[in-house]
Amino acid sequence: MSKFKKKKGGDVPAISTASLPDIVFMLLFFFMVATVLKDNDLLIQNSLPKADQVTKLEKKDRVMFIFAGKPHEKYRKKYGEGAKIQLNDRLSEVSDIKTFILAERASRNPELEKVLTTSLKVDKEVKMGLVGEIKQELRKMDALKINYTTTKGSVVD
Amino acid sequence: MARKHRDAPPEVNAGSMADIAFLLLIFFLVTTTIQTDQGINRKLPPIQPDQIDPPPVKEKNIFTVLVNKNDQLLVEDKLMDLKDLRQAAIDFLDNGGDGSCAYCKGERNPASSDNPDKAIISLQNDSETSYKAYISVQNELVAAYYFLRDRECQARYGKSFRDLEAMFEDPKTKEAQRNKIEPFIKEIQTLFPQKLSEAEPKRN
Repeated sequence: MSKFKKKKGGDVPAISTASLPDIVFMLLFFFMVATVLKDNDLLIQNSLPKADQVTKLEKKDRVMFIFAGKPHEKYRKKYGEGAKIQLNDRLSEVSDIKTFILAERASRNPELEKVLTTSLKVDKEVKMGLVGEIKQELRKMDALKINYTTTKGSVVD
Repeated sequence: MARKHRDAPPEVNAGSMADIAFLLLIFFLVTTTIQTDQGINRKLPPIQPDQIDPPPVKEKNIFTVLVNKNDQLLVEDKLMDLKDLRQAAIDFLDNGGDGSCAYCKGERNPASSDNPDKAIISLQNDSETSYKAYISVQNELVAAYYFLRDRECQARYGKSFRDLEAMFEDPKTKEAQRNKIEPFIKEIQTLFPQKLSEAEPKRN
């Protein structure tokens, strides 16, 4: 009956989870900001080779991408087994690179035309014959700045 | 009136907020692909309007690297492993055979390159060579140039060439500093110019 009742047992008070949503939201915002949604769906296999003498690619508005590789298994029936190149979201022939570059140039800021870099994302199994043809096309179009896009890693393994 | 005052509007239960946030979080975690946009920068040679005879180059100033269809390396007519290529290229570029290159630390072998300005690396590949092998060779050759440039830059300005380049490219670097760095980079680039010639792939 005393005014100062002894607390029953040594119960540890429950940890408040009220700030849990805040923490989770913080993580959520981080990932939302860091996410770059893939803007092109790849129809080809594209595992890039490794290299360690790499430089970062410039801003995205100065880069155009050319992909190359074997078609994905589900497209093999339609497009065959051989390595193909992909421009935007379709499989194309080497001769289509011309129109692709013209279209890319037209869609960019005119002052960026000189600094436009072509990023070659080529599967490591592709033969150099195809890559050579791509390079030849690029030379014809005077798109001389290229970047062999790779993943970071040692070449000797 | 009095009654209304007494019952405050019921509080919305925020207990499920965490669940919703987790759901979104997991969605973004799964869909995130960290972009791998880095690689080896190269410049293609412009197309010559008509066949111009290339200037004569002495055989000893050319370092030939051949990659065959089985991804084997033939360097200066000898079979070589990829891991030895970097050192071989460094030795060739750094040779300084004619004695005009004061900053070279090579063997000064008269049978190898005269000076880094004349030394040319010629890379030739077969059309059946795999892209992976090609990139590996490119990587090693670029690494050889970087090694020498770094060494020279360190000796002259106490900073590696890569750091200077990164500082120059960085948009946060101030204009005044950038102007200061630019001649350094230009100088190192003329000391060890990247002369990497690529023949068109052989057809067979």
